[in-house]
Order: sequence, then structure tokens, then C-alpha cells
Amino acid sequence: MTDVRALYQEVILDHNKNPRNFRVMEDADQFLEGYNPLCGDRYVLYLRMNGETISDVSFTGSGCAISKASASVMSTIVKGRKREEALRLFEQFHDLVTGHNDSHIHPENLGRLAVFAGVSEFPARVKCASLAWHTLKAILQEQKTAVTTE
Amino acid sequence: MSPRADTATMAKPSLDVNRIRSDFPILSRTVHALPLVYLDNAATTQKPESVIDAMSTYYRSVNSNIHRGVHALSEEATEAYENVRELARQFINAASTREIIFVRGTTEGINLVASAFVPTIVQPGDEILITGLEHHSNIVPWQLVCGQTGATLRVVPISDEGEVRIDEFARKLTPRTKLVAIAHVSNALGTVNPMKSMVAHAHERGIPVLIDGAQAVPHIQVDVRDLGADFYAFSAHKMYGPTGVGVLYGKVELLERMTPYQGGGDMIKSVSFERTTYNDLPYKFEAGTPNIAGVIGLGEAIRYLSRLDRAAIEHHEHELLEQCTSMLKEIEGVRLIGTAREKAGVISFVIEGIHPHDIGTILDQQGIAVRTGHHCAQPVMERFGVPATVRASFAIYNTAEEIDRLKTGLLKVREVFG
Ligand SMILES: Cc1ncc(COP(=O)(O)O)c(C=O)c1O
Repeated sequence: MTDVRALYQEVILDHNKNPRNFRVMEDADQFLEGYNPLCGDRYVLYLRMNGETISDVSFTGSGCAISKASASVMSTIVKGRKREEALRLFEQFHDLVTGHNDSHIHPENLGRLAVFAGVSEFPARVKCASLAWHTLKAILQEQKTAVTTE
Repeated sequence: MSPRADTATMAKPSLDVNRIRSDFPILSRTVHALPLVYLDNAATTQKPESVIDAMSTYYRSVNSNIHRGVHALSEEATEAYENVRELARQFINAASTREIIFVRGTTEGINLVASAFVPTIVQPGDEILITGLEHHSNIVPWQLVCGQTGATLRVVPISDEGEVRIDEFARKLTPRTKLVAIAHVSNALGTVNPMKSMVAHAHERGIPVLIDGAQAVPHIQVDVRDLGADFYAFSAHKMYGPTGVGVLYGKVELLERMTPYQGGGDMIKSVSFERTTYNDLPYKFEAGTPNIAGVIGLGEAIRYLSRLDRAAIEHHEHELLEQCTSMLKEIEGVRLIGTAREKAGVISFVIEGIHPHDIGTILDQQGIAVRTGHHCAQPVMERFGVPATVRASFAIYNTAEEIDRLKTGLLKVREVFG
């Protein structure tokens, strides 16, 4: 038995209980819905850009602890980053939760994302962890229709 | 129809659960190094050795196509296949084997009626009536055929307990209602609908009724003639048989009037390019080579169930339901979704502040299989204002100890989430 605490780390439980940047952004440049039809997780991600820089990010919605904590942690990490940087983080995060994380992740970037490493032991939960990130990627690549994980 | 009431005065019937458990090979496996606790029976039940063996024996020593050869294997296969039709007839007490159509499962049975029956009876503006507790497979086929025919789909709402109000139901039966389609037992809430009186209400107005029996047949003894069902659909895999096969029962008079569902081999008497004569019932609705091994597995599942005391099955599952219901009420923050007076062995619940998906993962790590999600019944989830529920559903092989394991598992969930 893998200890479930490998998945439900304190940081994750904390972000689930007290999600950061959890609000509607009235003056957002863009917002997009991310939806996982399998479990009903549904979030709206809001972004304000200053040129190529993400100047503000927030989200609303509901879902499981993994998806909510992931959206929350993501919001704290990508704020102030350049579009290209955020897209690179997406790739690194994706590798991390799918278990392809051996090579190219810089520890200093991984930082708070490292708490999601346990997700790779729970394949059924990868979609939960990556829902907000997929939504972010879609906005940054200017996709107009809602994101679903299916 | 209600052995529970009948047996209340007699000695309580009982099942030899240990013996039953030894019939199901999968129950001895472990999950995450713990003995499996399988509580996802409403999704699909496990299969006894006899069903698995019957199918493998068929492939090893009988396999051939049916209804077409004069050689020995084909005759044996045809006989085995047709014997199951008789078993299925007895299982639901149909009048004739002509009324037993083998299909892929409940979903195909309902789609068959939607496409071969509905267009022959509705005009634009007519109505098909369902209820608020239906599975998607008893919603979407009607939406599709309504779209094609100009009919309207109407829905009888359910109460906060998850019951269909009979007065509301009777009110929604109008001169425009041409078909009623209702689940016998709800897969999301466990509610057992009062089918006999609902059918009687519809028949008073001359309206035929299709019953989605997917969740009923494993739990209660079904008698289609006593119910008065015009159509009754069920799946083998939810009653200890294989996936990919099921039965649509239909009254002969209605089946005779219907157009074929699919065209192909077996469903015809003669074909020329000018004119095709359709085969007699039930073959008219069984185009192509069917799931022969599956039908044989279904037959074995019926035999298996028939060897058990059906009243004892109901009694056993009802005890598990009551034990689990009281256990859940003691867990902090639990809200039961579906508290109908008449319930089969299905319990849906949520825990305040903890998403069902997280509960499912933590239970799984403890070897406990439950279902989390919307259970193909999104309108039910919406009705109760939840995105999803956790569902535990019981079968003949579940035990009181397994409900204790579920309790321990849920206490672990509480511990993790503080
Ligand atoms: C009430 C109900 N109806 C219909 C179905 C569909 O059955 P199948 O998927 O076997 O066709 C199910 C199965 O989930 C069910 O529970």
C-alpha cells in the first residue's frame, strides 16, 4: 500500500482548504473554463497580461483536492512570469505528474510544484492535477473554446 | 413482487455467503496488498466460476455459428443458445421465448425500442415520459428519437428523498403521452420505484411502459407479467454474467408491429434485391452473428441465481444496506443522497468539504472499490446540487465485515482531511 499521504501532502491539503488567488478577476484580459467531465471538476481561470508577462492570475470553481490545490499552487507560481516561461513550467509539471521527471527540471523551479510528485503513483489522478495547467496553456496559446480533459 | 414482506413472518431466509464467496475467483485477490472489498456492484458484478467456465467450455468444445449449419457443432451451439432464451423467459416469467430478444445490454435494448417502436407510434407534439432519476441510457435514446420525430420528452421530478411522486406522475400522463420509460431501480440513488402501480396508471390511459431493469434483476425477483411491463431491458453483467449481452423483453403484440432495428443476416427469411421478408420473432431483431458465448454465460448466471433463494438475496442485501446506512450516519459530515423508503442495495453519499474523487482514491488505497462520479445520471446530481457522489453498492457476496472495512476507510479519509 502506498501511503495516501504521499499524494495528500500537507501543502496540498492546505491549498485545498485555503486556495490562493481564489476570486473572480473583474478586469481580466482573458478567462477560460477548464472541465473534467469524468469527475465534474470545473474551474474558470482568469489572466491579466502586461505585454508578454502574466501580471495577475486567479481562479474560481470547484473540484477535488488535487485539482484545486494544483490550480492554487499554479496561480502563485506563474504570476509575474513570461508567457514562454509559464509554458515551459507546464511541460515540467506535466513530466512531473506523469512520472517523466528524471532529466531536465531545475530544482529551483520545481520548488512548490514538487509536492505534486506523488501524483505519478496515482495515474487516475493525473488529469485532476493537470486540469488548471491545461487551461493556462490554452489561454497562453490563445485557444478560445473551453478545455476539457477528455 | 415483495418477498421481503412475505418472509417477515416466516423464518428469516439466509444465504451461505462464505460458500458464495468461494464461487467467485476474483474475491480472493488483493488490491494494494489488501484483500479486495468490492462495493462497485452497480457498475458491474463479479462473475462466478461457473459462468467463466461455461464460456470457456463453449469456446473450447462447441464453438461454431448458430442457426446456419447442419453440422453437429452448429446444432449444439444453436441448442445451447436457444436454451438460454428459455431460461431467460423463465427468469422474468415472460409468456413466450418469442418475447426474449438478445441484445448487447440494457442500453441497446432501450435504443432498439426508441428506433423500432417510437417512430411507429408518435406524431409531432406527442410526448414520451421519463423520470428525474434515469440513467443517461434511459434519457438520450429518447432525446434522439424526439429530435427525429418531433415528439417532446417530459420528465417527472423526484422528491428530496429521491422518490418519484406518483400523483405527479399520474398528472403528467396526458392524451399526448405515447410511451413511459422508467428505471425499476435507480443506479444513483437506490430508489425502487413502485413499478406495478406506475404501470397500472399508464395502462389505464392505454400507454405502454418500458422498464429499465438494469439495477433490478440482480436484487429482486422480476415478473414482467405481474408488473405488466410492455418492455423490460436488462444487462447480464450486472447480474453475475458477462459484459456485452443482455435481454430486451417485449410483448408479442408490440414486437410484431415494430419495424426491424438493424438489417443483416439471421433477421431475414428471404432476401432479393427487390424484396426482403423479415424473419419471425425474436429473430427479426437479432441481426448478425450474436454474442453466442455471452448468451451462454448469461444462461449460466441465470442458473447460478436460480439456485439461490431469491428472498434470501433480498434479505441479505437489505441487511447490508441498513448496516451501511447506520454506519454512514455516524461519520462526521456525511450526507446521504437518496433516502427513499424502498431502496435496493445502493447507497450514494457525499462528505462535506471532501470531494468524492479524493474519497475514492483513499478508499482504493485501502483495497476498497467504490464508484465515484456522476454515475451516468447527471440530472440526478444536479437535482441534489452535488457534482458527484461516492456510491457503495452491494451484491450477494458482500459481508458485514466489508462494511466495517468501509467504515475504517472513511475514518482514514476524515483523518487525512482533518
Ligand atoms: C439504471 C441503469 N440503466 C441502464 C444502464 C446501462 O446498462 P449497460 O451499460 O449494461 O447497457 C445502467 C448501467 O450502468 C443502469 O444502472
